[in-house]
Amino acid sequence: MEIKDMALLVVLLPLVGAFINGVFCWKVGKKAHLIAVPAIAIPAVIALKLAYMVVNGLRFDDVVYWWITVGNTKIPIGFRLDELSTVMVVTVTFVATWIHIYSIGYMHEETDRGYAKYFSYLNLFCFFMLTLVLANNYVLLFVGWEGVGLCSYLLIGYWYEKTSAANAGLKAFITNRVGDFGFLIGLFVLYKVTGSLIYKDVIEKANLLTPEVATIVGLLLFSGATGKSAQIPLYVWLPDAMEGPTPVSALIHAATMVTAGVYMTARSSVIYSMAPIALDVIAVVGVATAMFAASMALVNNDLKRILAYSTVSQLGYMFVGVGVGAYSAGIFHLFTHAFFKGLLFLCSGSVMHALHGELDIQKMGGLYDKMKITALTFIVGALAIAGIPPLAGFWSKDSILHHAYVSGHRGIWLVGTITAGMTAFYMFRLIFLTFFGKPRDKHLVEHAHESPLIMTIPLIVLAIGSILVGFAAILPNGGFEGFVNKALVLREVGGHHEEEASFLIILSVVVALIGIGIAYSMYIKFAPDPRRLSQTLRPLYLLLYNKYYVDEIYFALFINPTVEISRWALWKFVDVMIIDGIVNGVANFFGVVSSVVRRIQTGYIPDYGWLVIIGVILICGIKLIF
Amino acid sequence: MLRMEVIYGLSLIMFVIGFFGILVRRNAIVMFLSIELMLNSVNILFVAISKASGALDGQVIALFVMAIAAGEAAIGMAIITSYYRKKGNVDIDRAQLLRW
Repeated sequence: MEIKDMALLVVLLPLVGAFINGVFCWKVGKKAHLIAVPAIAIPAVIALKLAYMVVNGLRFDDVVYWWITVGNTKIPIGFRLDELSTVMVVTVTFVATWIHIYSIGYMHEETDRGYAKYFSYLNLFCFFMLTLVLANNYVLLFVGWEGVGLCSYLLIGYWYEKTSAANAGLKAFITNRVGDFGFLIGLFVLYKVTGSLIYKDVIEKANLLTPEVATIVGLLLFSGATGKSAQIPLYVWLPDAMEGPTPVSALIHAATMVTAGVYMTARSSVIYSMAPIALDVIAVVGVATAMFAASMALVNNDLKRILAYSTVSQLGYMFVGVGVGAYSAGIFHLFTHAFFKGLLFLCSGSVMHALHGELDIQKMGGLYDKMKITALTFIVGALAIAGIPPLAGFWSKDSILHHAYVSGHRGIWLVGTITAGMTAFYMFRLIFLTFFGKPRDKHLVEHAHESPLIMTIPLIVLAIGSILVGFAAILPNGGFEGFVNKALVLREVGGHHEEEASFLIILSVVVALIGIGIAYSMYIKFAPDPRRLSQTLRPLYLLLYNKYYVDEIYFALFINPTVEISRWALWKFVDVMIIDGIVNGVANFFGVVSSVVRRIQTGYIPDYGWLVIIGVILICGIKLIF
Repeated sequence: MLRMEVIYGLSLIMFVIGFFGILVRRNAIVMFLSIELMLNSVNILFVAISKASGALDGQVIALFVMAIAAGEAAIGMAIITSYYRKKGNVDIDRAQLLRW
């Protein structure tokens, strides 16, 4: 099979699955997974084969079909297979396959149609995500970019009878529109300057970009990334997106879609390499988001929302990696994060499954004895995200912090390291409150039971992944980052400071251990007692607990004024008075005129005959005179 | 060979008779006959001018007019017949439902 066919198959099989399950949902019903799982598992196998070929030096960039040809503007549907997209394709297909399998167990209580609809959307998401990462031009990337946004909206609002779920879907979609507006403008500017949106041409013609234009384009593209990847100021949709089914949170809002912004930024490395200011902005926004989101996760009591803030925070790390010029470190964190955060979400789904949808960790406790597999895999995931060696998160987070330090961004490094401690703290706070201690709601925990095998096997697989994938960093030939770097356009960075590396590693591990230790003493030994602490630091606690009132501020600043302007200026004035006025005015005018003129229609044929004569005489007369 | 003026005159007289027939008569069938008269007056003109000028176009058009007149007669008579069945007369003055 040719490479082009293999790439096409990877992209199109999920679409076929989505089509069958979507169109024949009443027929397939509870058998939808028999179509949906192979539709993503086969691409996963093909992706591994492709990855093997790429490791052996294959590069592929070709057009399948000229999609839009207008004058000199040519936009193809084409695929680019290099080290960067291979990493993404393997991650997406692998994690998605296991999440599809997990969903069979998690969603089995849904109605027949709901079940088929769910798998149809999930497959459709995979199609768009694979289009996004395999595209060889920005327009096709944008198609995938919007497509995953659509599927995210559909799946957040999966339980659409619930108002909060429907609103959360809308919030996600509309927040993304704000970022995508900038993204599109960025693409237009890029097209204006380089005359093409195909990656290959952009890289060739990058010298046409002046530093100023590169900075503008870079910042505009990044504004799209802030929407999709939930960075300040557009992160607000991600915590609400937890209204969707938990496997969706794992797949879309942790492992794949939200990382699209990081991928896009790395893909645009040629532009960012000419725009150091844009890179600095990215790094600062990234580290600010990491810190900000982590601080909100410290006090939250909602199992999934803590993980959501954690995702926002980890995405911030990825942007720090990108922002300090170490794109491959950001991509590496994306890669490891997909495993351990996917795992953590699936574990939280398993807990919800056992507790009939309960999410308040203040009611849980002592679940370790009831569900050992879930608890143990969750701890593996938490250790990985906390950065304890030798688990996956340690390698990637440490690499980002290392690059931040050696590239001279000491402030960012410091904040990032502190955030790493916070990450360890809130993850282990979550574990201690959920799995250890005494059950605080006895009735709730009493009937808890371990999830079926179809759900625990994906947990075990992803846990093994979370332990092992980090070792990709020390593979020969520069490891993971050296591999990805081949696909990037890099600026020269200063030499490595190997003697400082070991110091940095020890420091970040110590910080993580301190975070775990504080969580242990607070939530197991109650010293200091978290309740009393929250009373002592009441204003700070309330500020964090209410998420810095960001939602309220956005409502006061943007949403309410928009609604009011729409209501009074656009609806009551422009729509009712001007547009309706014109339309109704035209109708009234003709009504009035014809109430007079229609009297000609008498219904007597001879009258019409006379009118014909008068007409003939008039025409002949005019003809004679002129 | 008739003088052309005579033929013009004949055609004009036939046309005017037909036209005033339509305007003043109230019987639908008579009005229908008047229309036929007008069509034939034009036909005479076509044929005569075609013969005088030597071009065949006029005669071809006369044939077309006849064919169309036949079709029109069939439809017109059908309408009048069904109207008569419904109302019991063919008085045009009473047929004035389609008006303002």
